[in-house]
Amino acid sequence: MFKRKECVAMLLAGGQGSRLYTLTEKTAKPAVPFGGKYRIIDFPLSNCVNSGIDTVGVLTQYQPLVLNEYIGNGQPWDLDRSSGGVMVLPPYQAKDGAAWYKGTANAIYQNLNFIERYDPEYVLILSGDHIYKMDYSAMIAYHKEKGADCTIAVFDVPITEASRFGIMNTDDTGRIVEFEEKPRQPKSTHASMGIYLFNAKLLTEYLVRDEADSASSNDFGKNIIPTMLAEGKRMYAYAFSGYWKDVGTIKSLWDANMDLLGEYPTYDLYDRHFRIYSRTPALPPQYIGEESVVHNAIISEGNDICGTVENSVLFSGVTVEAGAVVRNSVVMSGCTVKSGATVSYAILDEDVVIDSGAIVGAIAAEGEEQEIAVVGNGVHIRAGDIVAMGEMLGAAEYAKKQGGNEV
Amino acid sequence: MMSAAGIIFSNIHDKSIADLTKRRTMASVPFGCRYRLVDFPLSNMVNSGITNISVITHYNYLSLMEHIGSGKDWDLARRSGGIRILAPFITAYANYNNELYKTRLEALMSIQHSISTMKEDVVVLSDCDGICNIDLREMVRAHEESGADLTMAVKRIVITEQNVNDNIIVSSDEAGRLTDILVHPHTYDGTEADVNINIWVINRTYLLNALMNAQAHGYNSFSRDIISRNIGKDKLFIYRFDGYYASINSITDYYNYSMELLRDAKVRHDLFNNPRRPILTKVRNSAPTKHAAGALVKNSLIADGCVIEGTVENSILFRGVKIGKGTVVKNSILFMDTYTGENVHLDCVIADKYVLFHDGVHLAGHPSLPFCVEKGRSL
Repeated sequence: MFKRKECVAMLLAGGQGSRLYTLTEKTAKPAVPFGGKYRIIDFPLSNCVNSGIDTVGVLTQYQPLVLNEYIGNGQPWDLDRSSGGVMVLPPYQAKDGAAWYKGTANAIYQNLNFIERYDPEYVLILSGDHIYKMDYSAMIAYHKEKGADCTIAVFDVPITEASRFGIMNTDDTGRIVEFEEKPRQPKSTHASMGIYLFNAKLLTEYLVRDEADSASSNDFGKNIIPTMLAEGKRMYAYAFSGYWKDVGTIKSLWDANMDLLGEYPTYDLYDRHFRIYSRTPALPPQYIGEESVVHNAIISEGNDICGTVENSVLFSGVTVEAGAVVRNSVVMSGCTVKSGATVSYAILDEDVVIDSGAIVGAIAAEGEEQEIAVVGNGVHIRAGDIVAMGEMLGAAEYAKKQGGNEV
Repeated sequence: MMSAAGIIFSNIHDKSIADLTKRRTMASVPFGCRYRLVDFPLSNMVNSGITNISVITHYNYLSLMEHIGSGKDWDLARRSGGIRILAPFITAYANYNNELYKTRLEALMSIQHSISTMKEDVVVLSDCDGICNIDLREMVRAHEESGADLTMAVKRIVITEQNVNDNIIVSSDEAGRLTDILVHPHTYDGTEADVNINIWVINRTYLLNALMNAQAHGYNSFSRDIISRNIGKDKLFIYRFDGYYASINSITDYYNYSMELLRDAKVRHDLFNNPRRPILTKVRNSAPTKHAAGALVKNSLIADGCVIEGTVENSILFRGVKIGKGTVVKNSILFMDTYTGENVHLDCVIADKYVLFHDGVHLAGHPSLPFCVEKGRSL
């Protein structure tokens, strides 16, 4: 017997995040580190917990090792529960064969048995691609108030950018009358955030029908939502106005990290009423040396900073030696920037070493667009090497650049 | 190899830093920017494969219980073994003297039953006011090899007028067998000597017999009655530890050893950076620390969750400390969630948890007598 739950959340975490290139070579996008100690998935998971949702299925597919290890028993998010809690749901083999998750809707379809255990009133569909703080319980209250079949969270984007999003056109009451995927001529600015709340029974019905349709691409945005709309279901847009950022590209990931800095940051990590939880290793405190200069930076535990760090986000266990300079960059766990090296406008993935005299990234010349250099997991950039602005160097690319030498 | 259980004394020597132990045990005194003193013996035990650990408490142990919780941060939330806190056991009528223990030996006698139910070959006893990162596995191995009943960890130091009375000075023969101990002597000769560092490995059955014997004779001192009386009779050995060791005997010691973490990279390294023996502690869900554009931080240790907008030099900031604009903090130790307003000046100050310094407050102590501000004060 399972305790009945009002709402079960299903978190789609199987995406590759191919536009993050080398950063997602070995990890799924939701496991990409963010903000000095977090991973992207901490945000939707913490939102769930802060919204009183204690049953979360995490659907994994692409490179799940790091993600599985990270989620573990869910203890950091207080999701190690005897009833509910967090459950990783990978694709599996069944009596009539095995199948990968064909699309977002199919992933949920294949795990209807997980949802049914809790016999919920509502199912909340989330993605692991965004940085935001949101109280889903307010969305559920709105859904109930409207007597909706489905509620979709929307975010107002500038009209000039609206054609990059799925746009929900609504009437005065907030009811969705039309859905347009990436419209050329957008009629409104309500962009779908990829957060869907469904009445559970209705969702099951639609997922079963969708699965039976061999022409369907089994996707929420492409199939389920348009079909429901076409059949006149009560669908409402729930307007969200806080901070929300898609971190699907190198530039947007870098931007979102930079949003944490400044005197009045766009996104405040220090809000104790709405904490973002994460798995935290026990590391010694950060040491800031005698000659160091640290301005406008987020610095984590286990760091040893003796050089200059400005406008940057440093994860745990990072060493910046005396005479090294890190500016406008994101430096992930375990990196070492040696004396005399310079890192600017760059993202260093975990365990990167930058030798003395190497230069990674650069500020754009006037009139040129600023691009971010990326150094992949574990790459050791040798003395005197230069990684140009916007260059992406995984281990393989760096070996090639070095003329096939081992890195 | 012999299996070992651990016993940690959480309240022994509380009096030596009364400013910080008014409302907590010695074990839960914050130290080293993000640790509590108990983290050192606990981590030493866990890192040495000891997973059945009892913590003996006396009074004021709420903060200790909150810190330890289920023990999961030390990987001690186990179905078998793990950690348990042994609170004082007093009943209205069954207790033989119906009093709280006063000495280490009495404390051990009060948990005699627990010790008798353990299955391990030896027990490792440790206090909380000695700070070190020690491989206890090595010590248990040495204990086993020498065939000892009891092995006492010692450290070689130079005996001075200042430290002589704080120490138990130990003499031994070439084989490492104890020949004499001097408990808190007053005379010194300025030479090097081995001193007890309050870590012992004892055969469990030997300890149980010693406790029963002590009860029968009305003994009450561990060092005088268990060790001193048995020198030459039982197999009592020393084990020399040559790593970093700090013994906190006064608030000045506390302050100086904290500052030593800033002064000496080797000390930090010895204590914290051994990859096989990390010091574990309760993990709090703080955001990383933010250094604002106007911040100036020099030679300091800073935990997570701080927001620094002013100047911090030669100081230690625990988790969640906020330093306002124009504020200068020097040579100070600020515990968890201390807030300073703007233009505050602090020098040689130890601020306990939740202290609030309003705008413009100036406060200074001296390295020989740091100014302690008690928990929760608003200035």
